[in-house]
Order: sequence, then structure tokens, then C-alpha cells
Amino acid sequence: MTREEIYEELNEVFRDVFDDESITVDDETTADDIDDWDSLEHINLIAAVEQQFGIKFNMGQIVTMKNVGEMVNYIEANVE
Amino acid sequence: MNKLEYPFDSEYILKKSKSIRRELSADGTKRTHKKIAVLGGSTTHDYIRVLELFLLNYGIEPEFYESEYDQYYQDAMFDPKELVSFEPDLIYIHTGYRNIENLPVPGMSREESDNCLNAEFDRFKVMWKHLADTYHCPVIQNNFEYPFYRVMGNYEATDPSGRVRYVNRLNEMFAEYASVTEAFYIHDINYLSASYGLDKWIDPAFWHMYKYMCSMQAIPEFAYSLSHIMKAIWGKNKKALVLDLDNTLWGGIVGDDGPEGLEIGMETSVGQTYTEFQTYLKEQKKIGVLLNIDSKNDEENAMAGLEHPAGVLKKEDFIEIRANWDPKDRNLIDIASAINILPDSMVFVDDNPAERMIVADQVPGVNVPDIGQPEEYIRNIDKNGYFEVIGLSEDDKKRNDMYKANAERSHLQAAYTDYREYLLGLKMKARIAPFEQLYYNRISQLTNKSNQFNLTTLRCTVADIEKYSLSDEYITLYGQLEDKFGDNGIVSLLMGRIDNEASALHMELWLMSCRVLKRDMECAMKDAIVKAARAKGLSRIYGYYYPTAKNGMVKEFYMTMGFEPVSEEKAVRLLPPDAAQGSSVWVLEISGDYENDNNVIEVEEGF
Repeated sequence: MTREEIYEELNEVFRDVFDDESITVDDETTADDIDDWDSLEHINLIAAVEQQFGIKFNMGQIVTMKNVGEMVNYIEANVE
Repeated sequence: MNKLEYPFDSEYILKKSKSIRRELSADGTKRTHKKIAVLGGSTTHDYIRVLELFLLNYGIEPEFYESEYDQYYQDAMFDPKELVSFEPDLIYIHTGYRNIENLPVPGMSREESDNCLNAEFDRFKVMWKHLADTYHCPVIQNNFEYPFYRVMGNYEATDPSGRVRYVNRLNEMFAEYASVTEAFYIHDINYLSASYGLDKWIDPAFWHMYKYMCSMQAIPEFAYSLSHIMKAIWGKNKKALVLDLDNTLWGGIVGDDGPEGLEIGMETSVGQTYTEFQTYLKEQKKIGVLLNIDSKNDEENAMAGLEHPAGVLKKEDFIEIRANWDPKDRNLIDIASAINILPDSMVFVDDNPAERMIVADQVPGVNVPDIGQPEEYIRNIDKNGYFEVIGLSEDDKKRNDMYKANAERSHLQAAYTDYREYLLGLKMKARIAPFEQLYYNRISQLTNKSNQFNLTTLRCTVADIEKYSLSDEYITLYGQLEDKFGDNGIVSLLMGRIDNEASALHMELWLMSCRVLKRDMECAMKDAIVKAARAKGLSRIYGYYYPTAKNGMVKEFYMTMGFEPVSEEKAVRLLPPDAAQGSSVWVLEISGDYENDNNVIEVEEGF
């Protein structure tokens, strides 16, 4: 899967979870950029991303991820 | 909404919760507003988010109070202002294994382990008692799931210090408490987690990162199960099953294969599957679910199938049988009107997706589960909690007999030309008395599920009923009716607020079960309330009618009972400010002579 393809699917996940069709994320996006992205929604988001890509982040990854770019790095490394 | 019925897609619900919520809120359903206090021993956010969807789907609009993280005990015990002023209609305590404070340590003596157990139970019991005394509302309490590891292996289930055994014993103590306590219900997460798979249920990472009691993916099942108890408390249970025959109750088509060619009984695995399904349905009947048949068959063939010697269900197990070639949706509506319940309290069970679609499209509100393959029928019905039991009254157990007796009464009626003669022939006896503690449960249940013959649709919890019964400001009456075919149980409830200043009684509740329509029971109840009001020195009774989507049949009830309409100007003063459009007020002067309306029922007065 290319990074572009990952982003395409990832944007859909973000739009579903935050129920906002206008969301587009990139490497630099962080929780500060999306209104509803608080610690509670973060849990839901992680679960939805895991389900979408059929992967499982480990605990260390989840707690250290700084922005969407790092999330995509993990996805890229784990997805087939 | 089908996507909120089992088997549902948990991932989809979690991901799309916001849009599902939007869709539900915009569908125009009129919902009952309920205030739910969630007191959590762990993070509750996503549980509430998903629970809300299921409740909305049941016609309940919840408003939540959510305690701060792990503050359930403090919130429960120290009456925070926010919780007190929230005035919850229900309190749910979200705790699990991780919240146990007195766990035994492997190797502890029997006595020490018992001390742990009693200390933990007492800790909870003190909290429950405090909540009941303070809030007078129903309480739902989780029991405990098993721990995810076992230091002593299988011996954990044997040794008193073993935590598996400890959980078993603690759960048993919770169950015993619930079984003898009104308005207190156990949410059985011990079963739920087992059914889901404990290793999938417990996600240590989720606990350590977010303090979630179970894995994210299990939350929809959790919330669904919890919502079943809540909707049952608030009277949203289903009442009847409407069943197809061929390939639903047995394998094969009786019209083609003949009764001898049907798959039912212990000879084949398919036959056993259908036998188990019939046994399941027969058990539903024992808890008061009304069984009916809606089948495309010649009646003669249908009966031949039901007489199959290996069949568990017999003709007598069903209230109404429609075996004909009419459209199934029409039969279903016909059955509903024959037994006097609303179509939306029925569940339609049919193996044929085309029939299911027609019924779902034509009859709004009826549940039409996708029952899958024969070996999946039971699970696909059972997991939906249509008939969730929150306490079994004697009436529940006898309900099928009572409806059956009703059918016999209709036959008797046909034999009489004069209706009064028929009523006298029933040899009816009623007992009318103030609400009694023994019946609080049944009384609350009736207020929650009577929709049609219900003038004010006032819903009451057991705690409410107790409050009204003990109050000097209220006159309460229940009516129980029996006749030569059997006991109908408690069928009518009246409750009036005494207003000495106006020398009046304001009827806040007047309802009757539709299974005793046209038996003059309403007249007997009126006679009783008039007598009770006069005994209190009151000179008039005000009757109130608040229209709902379902109680159109009693719009003119007070008029037929001899009440006069109150002038519009006066009605405005008497009606509550939030009364629905079309509400009306009626008055009956009772200071002069009064002649009883009822002269067909022999009444025993308990007041």
C-alpha cells in the first residue's frame, strides 16, 4: 500500500469518526487541528484505524504517536 | 433500525455512532425522556455513547449524568449536588473485576477469604441502600467478570482464596440481594463476557491506557445488553411472537411433504435442531410471551403439522392461529387486534426473507429479526432481548392461560344474544383495593406497558408506586378480576390526588388492561373511586386525558362514564403546562345521590 492510498482510506476513517466530511489530514495533523479530537475520541479513532487497516498498534506506539505522519508510518510498516 | 439489532456490526456502530445518532434523532419518533446517572468505576464515555444509540432506537431519549473517572463510590455515598439536582430516573453502577477492593490473596485461609468476601459485599450493599433511600429510583448493578489470569490454574475455582471461586461467590451474593430487593437489577456481565469470549473481552492494554473495563469491540454488546434492562424497566418490552410454520417450526413443507415427512424430533440432527427451537419457544411461553401462528398453509395441513407426535408445541400453546393464503402482514395485524395488543409489540419470526421484508415494510414498529439458519434461530432471537425479564409476576406465568380463556369467552359470547346475559354468565368477581405492597411490582409493570386504555400514560417505577401508596395525598385503587374461566389478575389501576381546597380528586392515573375490555370493569372501578372520594369528603372528580400515539381509544372515555367536559378556560388552569395538544379535562360531581354503574360484577372492596 502506498502512502497516498493509506491517506485516502485514513481520511475516510477520520470523516466517519468525527462525522465531518470536510476533514483532510496530512503528516503534520495533530489533535489540536481537529475540534472534537480529545483523549476520548482518540480511543475511538485508534480502534477505527486498526479495524480499517487490519492492524493492531501496540501500547508503546499508541502512547508515543505525535502526529498523523507517525501513525501513517506505523500503518505503512504493518499493513501488507 | 436493523443495524442496531443482533447480529450487528460492532465496528460499524463504533465508527459511525455520530451519523447513526443523527439519523435516529431525525426520524420523527416521539421518545420518552429519561435521566440516567452512570456511576463508573472506570471510563464510561464510549459505553454511554453507544448505549444512547440503542436507547434512542427503543424510543427512549436519555439524558446522562456521568460521574468523574472512578468516582462511583464517592458519588453514590456523598450525594454531590449535581447528582441530587439531576434527579435520576435510574442509576447504573458501572463496575467490574478491577473495582474489587477486597480480593483474597492465593493461599489465604478459608476464614480470611470469607472476610474479604463479606467486606466487599457489605461495601456494595451500603452503597445500594444509600442510593435507594436517597433517590428512590431503580438501580442497575453489574456483577463481575472473571479475572484474565489464574495464578493457581484450575484450582482457582476450588480454593476459597481462588479468585474464580471468589467471583462466583460474590456474584451469587449479588444475585440473592437482587432477588429479594425491589427495583434493583443485576446486569450479568459474567455471562456476557463468557458469551463474548473472555480473552477477547479483556484487553489489558485498553485497561492500562484508557481504563476501559472491556475491549472497545465488546462495547456495543455490552451496551446492547444493558439497554435491554433499561427498556424493560421503562415498558418497552415486546409481548408476542408471531411464528411461521414451514421451515421455521419444523423442517420441510407440511402441504407437500405431509406431516410424516417433516423434520422434527430426535431421529435426525435437523429434526433435533427444530425440536430445540420449539422447546425454546415453549419456554418463552412460560415467562408470559404470547405465541401465535401466521402461516401460508391450508388450515387443515397446518393443524396436521402441529399434531406431529414429536412436536413440542401443540395447538393449545398458541393464542391465535392464522393459517391461510392472506398476506402475512394482514394476518399479523389481525392477530394483534384479536388479542388486543399493538402490532409494534410483536416479533415476527419467519425463515423467508421475502415475507420478513413485507411485514417489516407494512407494519411499522414490528420486529423482524434475520433469524439465519435453523441452528442459529435461537441465538438470533435470544440475543435481542425482546422479552427481557426484570422480575416474574404470577401474571406473567399465567398470561397465556388468561388470553386462552379470553378466546373461550368469545365463543361463549356467540352463544348469548343479550350482552348483559353474557356478562352475568361470566360470573365475574372483582377485588378493588388500595395498592398493596405485595403487588407493587405488578402495578409498576402495568403502568409501564399499558398504552391503549391509559388516560394519562403516567409511567411509574416500583419506587414511585410505593411513594404514592404511602402518601396521604393520594387515593390509589387496583382492580383484580376473575370469572368462571379463570383469574385475570390485576387489570385496572386508578390513582387520584386529593385537593381539599377544591374539594376535588384529580385523576393522575386511570388505566385498564385491554384484555378485559367491555366487561364493565371500568364501571366497577368508577363506582369504587366515587365511593372512596366521598369517604374523604370530596365533592367532585376531575378526569384528565392526555393523547398519545396509542391511546386514541379512550379519547371519549370520560364522556361515556358520565363526566362533563370542563370549560376551556378552566381546563387551561387545570392542565399541566406541558400537556400535549388535544388534552382534555372532565368533571364528575359526586356530592348528590350516586347510583352504581356496575351491576354485573360482584365486588369485594378492600378500602
